[in-house]
Amino acid sequence: MAEKKATREAYGAALVDLGATHDFVVLDADLAAATKTGMFKKKFPDRFFNCGIAEGNMISVAAGIAAAGKRVFASSFAMFAAGRAFEQVRNSIGYPHLNVKIGATHAGITVGEDGATHQCNEDMALMRSIPGMTVICPADATEAYAAVAAALDTDGPMYLRFSRYAVPDLNAEDPSYHFEIGRGILRRDGHDVTVIAVGNMVGMALEAAEALAAEGISARVINMHTVKPIDREIILRAARETGAIVTAEEHSIIGGLGAAVCEVTSEECPVPVLRVGVEDVFGRSGDVPTLMKAYGLTAEHIVERAKQAMEKKTSCR
Amino acid sequence: MMTPSRVLELKKQANDIRIGIIEGVYNAACGHPGGSLSIADIVTYLYFEHMNVDPAHPKMDERDRFVLSKGHTAPALYAALAHRGFFPVEELKTLRKFSSRLQGHPDMKNIPGVDMSTGSLGLGISAACGMALVGKLDGKPYRVYTVLGDGESEEGQVWEAAMFAAHYKLDNLCAVLDFNGLQIDGKITDVMNPTPHDEKFRAFGWHVITIDAHDFDAIDAAFREAQTVKGKPTLILAKSVKGKGVSYMENNCDWHGKAPKGDEYTVAMNDLRAIGAALEKEEV
Repeated sequence: MAEKKATREAYGAALVDLGATHDFVVLDADLAAATKTGMFKKKFPDRFFNCGIAEGNMISVAAGIAAAGKRVFASSFAMFAAGRAFEQVRNSIGYPHLNVKIGATHAGITVGEDGATHQCNEDMALMRSIPGMTVICPADATEAYAAVAAALDTDGPMYLRFSRYAVPDLNAEDPSYHFEIGRGILRRDGHDVTVIAVGNMVGMALEAAEALAAEGISARVINMHTVKPIDREIILRAARETGAIVTAEEHSIIGGLGAAVCEVTSEECPVPVLRVGVEDVFGRSGDVPTLMKAYGLTAEHIVERAKQAMEKKTSCR
Repeated sequence: MMTPSRVLELKKQANDIRIGIIEGVYNAACGHPGGSLSIADIVTYLYFEHMNVDPAHPKMDERDRFVLSKGHTAPALYAALAHRGFFPVEELKTLRKFSSRLQGHPDMKNIPGVDMSTGSLGLGISAACGMALVGKLDGKPYRVYTVLGDGESEEGQVWEAAMFAAHYKLDNLCAVLDFNGLQIDGKITDVMNPTPHDEKFRAFGWHVITIDAHDFDAIDAAFREAQTVKGKPTLILAKSVKGKGVSYMENNCDWHGKAPKGDEYTVAMNDLRAIGAALEKEEV
């Protein structure tokens, strides 16, 4: 079993490592200890600016920093970075297409005990709707680190979605692992059904594929770390070659990865796409394993939905 | 101190900018003349006397920055930029048209000389803080100017930014609050009283200077004083007349977001041409 680590930890570590060789600043809104930007603050205090509990101001300040020609990461919880400050992200960063990287942690239901007010299941939907915004949600610590490095080297507004919850570092021991923004990763080949997963659900998708294999079902698994711009090619190949898709995300089934995949398949190659994610409901307090089970974010649920998707196959192939 | 002849030149320039504002909103058949006219003298002073900008190099690194936080008064900014040489004055007549780059609110991506896209109130002052922060961090000599509306100060983000600017000692930041006393729905003190701005900004850690927004000597003195203040940002509380220069628009909130048409346009242009003619006759 791979070592467990939260993607927010890798975010902090990447900022520290990259800070030694790259000129950028980091902003936070009184959550530096939790978002892990505190690691950067400790190493580079002159390039870290706490904005206090004022996320809207922080996002517009970040826009001004970028407009003055400096690279900048702005961090808070997903709820506040994408939710509270949505309009600032849209108008201050998105509309002028400024080079601001938003590092949003504590995304999704795995915030756990803090409950619904802090469990942001809508951030990818919100960020995806802004023209020109890149939206990335890494599957594990290795990918999170790679995503931060890639973000720093890529011009333009970007939303990076990290998790509080420790998950297995799936890619840690893979020497061939390669991260490219906008390019989905084929994690396991298969021909009966495809599971397209993002973030914490990639590990679950691989577990589900194992379980399906035991029942004689060959499931393809794709890690879609970039939700926007989405890798249309890998989706359409999966649609044509496997004829049925299940999406899995720790996010609302409305507007996130599931919606993005449906947008591609419905226009180009209509096949059944069944979405695993948080249904149209708010979360609640609880420990993470219990919450994941209660909201259907499990390998077992992916298996069930995969079988349903196969039953719905059309003649698209 | 500016010489009397320089002040007279700026008055004439400001009047041309007011004519540009009216031409813009008249041809657009919409837009915001009232608050554009109230900031015309300040914007004229900044672009024609004070700021280090170069129309031939609108993105030069060491330029002073200007953020129009009250972005709906873009007609004033556009008129100043055009007269300063950033783009042709004739283009002002394309304001808000589909094929024009002169968007209803400032667009930094496509309009030469616009340093920040603004329009949603409260956001511009924060962006100005970000620019000033970089100036401090990298030891760059540029200064950052931003113009806020008095109604805009009802936005909570203005005060978040005010806290930020004082906390990080952004003495290279100078904000102007265009205090014309009116917002769309009426008097600011009736709609949602944000006063007293001087005491509030002082309490937030700013240096505050109160002036008559239409007195170039006072404007000049205030911006020069702001340059000498160390360790804190400056707010220039500029008491202005909404609709300044057009008789029937002055102190009338009906002209916040409405364009003159037909005879109204003729009267407005006659008012401004008369001011211009009087200035031509003025002797120093």
